[in-house]
Amino acid sequence: MELIDITVIWMGIIGLSVFMYVLLDGLDLGIGILYPFAPDEQSRDTLMNSVAPIWDGNETWLILGGAGLLAAFPAVYAIYLPALYLGVFLMLAGLIFRGVAFEFRFKSERTRPFWNAAFAGGSLLAAAAQGFVVGTYIQGFEVEGYTYVGGPLDWLTPFTTFTALSLVIGYALLGAAWGILKTEGITQRWLYRLAPWLLLALTLCLVGISTWTPLTQDRIMAHWLDNWTVLWPLPALGAGAVILYWQALRRRWELVPFFAGMALFVTVYLGLLVSQWPYMVPPAITFREAASDPQSQLFLLLGVLFLLPVILGYTAWTYWVFRGKVQAGSGYH
Amino acid sequence: MEILDPLLLSRIQFAFVISFHALFPVFTIGLAAYIAVLEALWYVKESPVYRQLSEFWVKIFAVVFGMGVVSGVVMSFQFGTNWSEFAFATANLLGPILSYEVLTAFFLEAVFLGILLFGRDRVPRGTHLFAACMVAIGTFISSFWILAANSWMHTPDGFEIRDGIVHVTSWAEAIFNPSLWYRFGHMGLASLLTGGFVVAGVSAYFLLRGRGLEMNRKALSMTLWLLLLVAPAQVFMGDLHGLNTFENQPTKVAAMEGAWETKQGAPLYLFALPDAEAETNHFAVGIPNLASLILTHHWDGEVHGLTEVSAEQRPPVAPVFWSFRIMVGIGVLMVLAVLWGLWLRLRGRLYESRPFLRTLELMIPLPFVAVLTGWFVTEIGRSPWLVYGEITLSEGVTPALSGWMALTSLLGYVAVYAIIFTAGIYYVTRIVRAGPGEVGPVEEPSHAKRPFSAADIPFDEDGDFTTGSR
Repeated sequence: MELIDITVIWMGIIGLSVFMYVLLDGLDLGIGILYPFAPDEQSRDTLMNSVAPIWDGNETWLILGGAGLLAAFPAVYAIYLPALYLGVFLMLAGLIFRGVAFEFRFKSERTRPFWNAAFAGGSLLAAAAQGFVVGTYIQGFEVEGYTYVGGPLDWLTPFTTFTALSLVIGYALLGAAWGILKTEGITQRWLYRLAPWLLLALTLCLVGISTWTPLTQDRIMAHWLDNWTVLWPLPALGAGAVILYWQALRRRWELVPFFAGMALFVTVYLGLLVSQWPYMVPPAITFREAASDPQSQLFLLLGVLFLLPVILGYTAWTYWVFRGKVQAGSGYH
Repeated sequence: MEILDPLLLSRIQFAFVISFHALFPVFTIGLAAYIAVLEALWYVKESPVYRQLSEFWVKIFAVVFGMGVVSGVVMSFQFGTNWSEFAFATANLLGPILSYEVLTAFFLEAVFLGILLFGRDRVPRGTHLFAACMVAIGTFISSFWILAANSWMHTPDGFEIRDGIVHVTSWAEAIFNPSLWYRFGHMGLASLLTGGFVVAGVSAYFLLRGRGLEMNRKALSMTLWLLLLVAPAQVFMGDLHGLNTFENQPTKVAAMEGAWETKQGAPLYLFALPDAEAETNHFAVGIPNLASLILTHHWDGEVHGLTEVSAEQRPPVAPVFWSFRIMVGIGVLMVLAVLWGLWLRLRGRLYESRPFLRTLELMIPLPFVAVLTGWFVTEIGRSPWLVYGEITLSEGVTPALSGWMALTSLLGYVAVYAIIFTAGIYYVTRIVRAGPGEVGPVEEPSHAKRPFSAADIPFDEDGDFTTGSR
């Protein structure tokens, strides 16, 4: 037995990378989802510019998550991707259209409606596809050994459709909070009006998932009932985040909704992990069984420990260079 | 052969998405280096020519880099979706290597690109130059790691296989495997050639139309000096790489040469129609003994033939054979072009010779063709192996994948890429047509913060050139 458990450290690193991605690209995608409903074209420009400097770097967390999974937990990489084959394609197609539409829209007149649709549609598609991944994770995978043996559309069920809808609403809420923080005037007022409804819808969705999951998954039900005394803070903190969010919207606070939304996502994310613990490919493969050779994990860990702080450092520096509220029309001329 | 064969469709899909993706980085690696040099010259000499050249090429860089990023995200999922058994078996080795690429290169590029594109008026001049250098270095680091992974699949080393899973025994041997430096050198030079010939061709385009003469003469002159070194160096490097392949993957070289029988004093075929059924070539035209001379440096050296291995162990010969000839042919054209340029320069007619400038203009697509055909040679030449001598293609494919799933995704990628590629090419063409403008007072730089918006050229005809698009 080692003094330090590398696999647990890797669990933390991957968990953090995935969460960074969900949080950061979640708000980009949320802006894309809200985008068609914005009050006018000027607002749409402002919304787009509010995520313009960051979407590129945010997407890199997805690549790190993918490559990191391959390196540290190859079973997850080699089972999730085949199981979600068509969903993964839809997600990537969505991300491609979101990415390029983003850029081409500002240069276009005649083709602008097309790039508008590509931006909103691409964001929606990518968000929904990620929601299907979450649903499939809760639902579980049919495997033999380390090979996926289920059908091509196992990820498409009423339950996963519900989680997809929930994540779309969740991302829209993250996007709304980001928009409140980065915009002013008519756009911000519109978001203040819209956000309470999104918050209400997301809360209902989360209650729905929390009821539906244990009713269909005996193992998860037993897990929560057995450990209720330890796990109760998670739903309590989630409820607290919702109440705080609500108050912040009522009082027109700018920064608090963003952090309250983050807190809500943290509790839901931890709740999901706890529900399936210690399984990484439920219901068969634990995180320890999914792990790669400890020697490989160590080789990469050395690099991560040195490079991740450097990356976070220079990322923070560019956020600082491009700080401040987005002024309408100033983004790209 | 069954049309809905998931293995065949997965191979076509991987070939398609990687070929499409490869077009972008091979250009941006060379161009990033050029931009860094221009920024350094601007920093030292403060001549506005350099700054304006840099600002022009940065616009094009931004678009091409953006398309490289979105098509690259697709690549990071292909191993899992279509080649899950391969991914699972090699994860201990390839996982960390690919992760190091993300950690050491992708974040570096993404973050400093923002500063390079939009930070000119927000950071000190030295910092801006630093950002340009970081982007250029990032692109090279990225190619190092991805080529380490690829080279390992050709010349695997530093590992052992236990229960079907690759375990690393030496990271140094695995990363610095026998073909890494040859491949890295060959690709690095290819990137410089690609960037160089595109810049030269675009400069020629402007000179032919009498636009921005001072700036484009400068650009053409700089680039041709670079190419004068790089083009012959690539011939030398290509030869070394070929010798390395001859040593490690003789079957691939046999396919490149169309050599069916093992022979001493093997001929170099200029033309042939390889016939896998009959194990021979039709209509072969060759130069006696030349293949032996090139590969063994002996007139009568022995060149292994394809028939040394059983038919299932041979790659498809015709595509390898012909791709190789196209690549080498383009290489020869490039060397001739730079020598022509040198001759004109010595006679003082470099900027006036219309045939020469016209040729450079027409040569813009050629380096891309050479890069793709070069990769066809090395990748098709590896089949039936995924990891040479260890894992075959059919062992690596995802078991749960059905033919119609693979066909759906393949058609989907073709459709998506067709749309964005058309849009991207159209857009780059418009930036080039709009041109860098004349040398004059430096304009107020853009405040925009996104990669593509470094270019303020409207995307379609109705857009307004001067004000953007509103």
